[in-house]
Amino acid sequence: MTIQTYLLLSAIVFILGVIGVLTRRNAIIVFMSIELMLNSVNLSLVAFSAYLGDARGQMLVFFVMTVAAAEAAVGLAVIIALFRNKQTVNLDEINILKW
Amino acid sequence: MVEQLIANLRGFIPEVSLAVTFCVALVAGLIVKKHQQEFISVLALVGTLIAGVFVLIYADQSQTLFSGMIVADPFATYFKVVITLCSIIIILFSQYSSEVQQTVKRMGEYYALLVAMTLGMFLMVGATNLLMMVLAIELTSLTSYILSGYTKEATDSSEASLKYIIYGALSTGLMLYGISILFGLTGATDMFGVNQALAAGPVNAIALLIASILIIAGFGYKISAVPFHFWTPDVYEGAPVTITAFLSVASKAAGFAVMIRFFKVCFIDSNVVGLPAGMWASLQGFEWNNLVAILAVLTMTLGNLVAVWQDNMKRLLAYSSIAHAGYMLMGVVVLSDKGVAAVLIYFAVYLFMNLGAFYCVMLVANKLGSEHIDSYKGLGHRAPLLSTAMVVFFISLAGLPPTAGFIGKLYLFAALLDAQWVWLAVIGALNSVVSLYYYVRVVRNMFLRDPEGSAEPVALPVAQVVILLALVIPTLVLGLYFGPLVDFANASVVMFGLP
Repeated sequence: MTIQTYLLLSAIVFILGVIGVLTRRNAIIVFMSIELMLNSVNLSLVAFSAYLGDARGQMLVFFVMTVAAAEAAVGLAVIIALFRNKQTVNLDEINILKW
Repeated sequence: MVEQLIANLRGFIPEVSLAVTFCVALVAGLIVKKHQQEFISVLALVGTLIAGVFVLIYADQSQTLFSGMIVADPFATYFKVVITLCSIIIILFSQYSSEVQQTVKRMGEYYALLVAMTLGMFLMVGATNLLMMVLAIELTSLTSYILSGYTKEATDSSEASLKYIIYGALSTGLMLYGISILFGLTGATDMFGVNQALAAGPVNAIALLIASILIIAGFGYKISAVPFHFWTPDVYEGAPVTITAFLSVASKAAGFAVMIRFFKVCFIDSNVVGLPAGMWASLQGFEWNNLVAILAVLTMTLGNLVAVWQDNMKRLLAYSSIAHAGYMLMGVVVLSDKGVAAVLIYFAVYLFMNLGAFYCVMLVANKLGSEHIDSYKGLGHRAPLLSTAMVVFFISLAGLPPTAGFIGKLYLFAALLDAQWVWLAVIGALNSVVSLYYYVRVVRNMFLRDPEGSAEPVALPVAQVVILLALVIPTLVLGLYFGPLVDFANASVVMFGLP
């Protein structure tokens, strides 16, 4: 397995995540796609870290994980607050504010 | 090691005092009785003031702290002063915002998060390590997500917050992916190391371009540059006015600071000789300023054109703030100390005029319960002082003399023409003309239209008038007496570790 294989996998997962964020309408699935994006970042950081023989890449991964957890916590809290008001998590029905 | 850490803490005192204020405000919110909640705002105010005093006391230092994680230098100090001022003004606004005062049970949270956001911005303006940069941006973003959904009983507030998080998390993801590529290319996580690695030998140009575009996505979201601006109008309309005003000035200032530092430190070519004084060169084969120029044109044009169609004042000011981000991006394009100084001057000016405009919108919304442009009809006769102040802010935002906004634009355009970016200056000037239309539209509604419905005079309490005057006077004075500000900005373009 060369570094290219890992980077290719990371790029594919990242693009899948971006497509998920842009096209899915369920807020929870959007957040899952964001997790997918951040995990592809982790994969490429670890791959580079092993390739360069530099442990700083792996250290970055821990921080990315923390950031992902914090973002998910706040995101889910906001989804709950919104669900109490609107009884939906579908982004198409959440549209009081527009252009 | 320990001695070094303690020595480093000395340069970090403003941040430490903000962190202490955060904890104190949070605990006070739990202890203090409901009817004494103003006490917490006083705590937050005092804490922020102390941080501001420490920023000024240590203003002349230029050193790197905590093994190169962040620096304390004149450039960071300037932005810290702007952010502290903004933070203090917002805490004062919050006292008089009926939206915020309705949620009296959770005031401790509100002020604690406001202070935490200020702390995040302080870290952003000093970050010289990619990791520190991401974490500081995250700290600012996470607190602003919560604060924009703070009035959680109101549906549009939580909706704004959800949209903010989705766009924010998306751009964090893009930015982190860009950083991982940059790390792979250079093997460094601190900006100086990135610069050395890039200067040492050519790297894959396409990979570097992709990494920079992804990282720009992260900055573009913080400064609400087109095409990363989609969250801005919704969040500005849905969030409480105080938070909207804070996001539009302080968050944008911190975004610009971290963006300028990242691009300058990472991509400066310090081996080029024979440049005019105050100019610098970007690394061979990587003209990042062209990317920023495209962003500037898109941002100001779209911001101004869409603002023309807006009927909600907060939305109108949201698009106007997008347009202003576009003007300020022009100062980054020119790669000169003059350009950066122009951005710094613009931020000092923008602080007063934009906060002033939002303050007027907040006072009108408190009294009339509406942010629609039609409810401003005839306001000139009902509240002469408020309307006159609003006219001053709008003239300043449009960039006409004798207000501070004119000075800001003057220095920006001077820096552009100095560096031969004539076409960009022309587009900027045309945009200023367009912006005049929508500002004047509000002024016309206030003074030339008869009021719809009630024509009762709108009276303001003395304290609110004092705050209003505290914003109007600098907007006018800085338009006439701007020497000290310009000197301060020119002295503040110095970054640690760069010639």
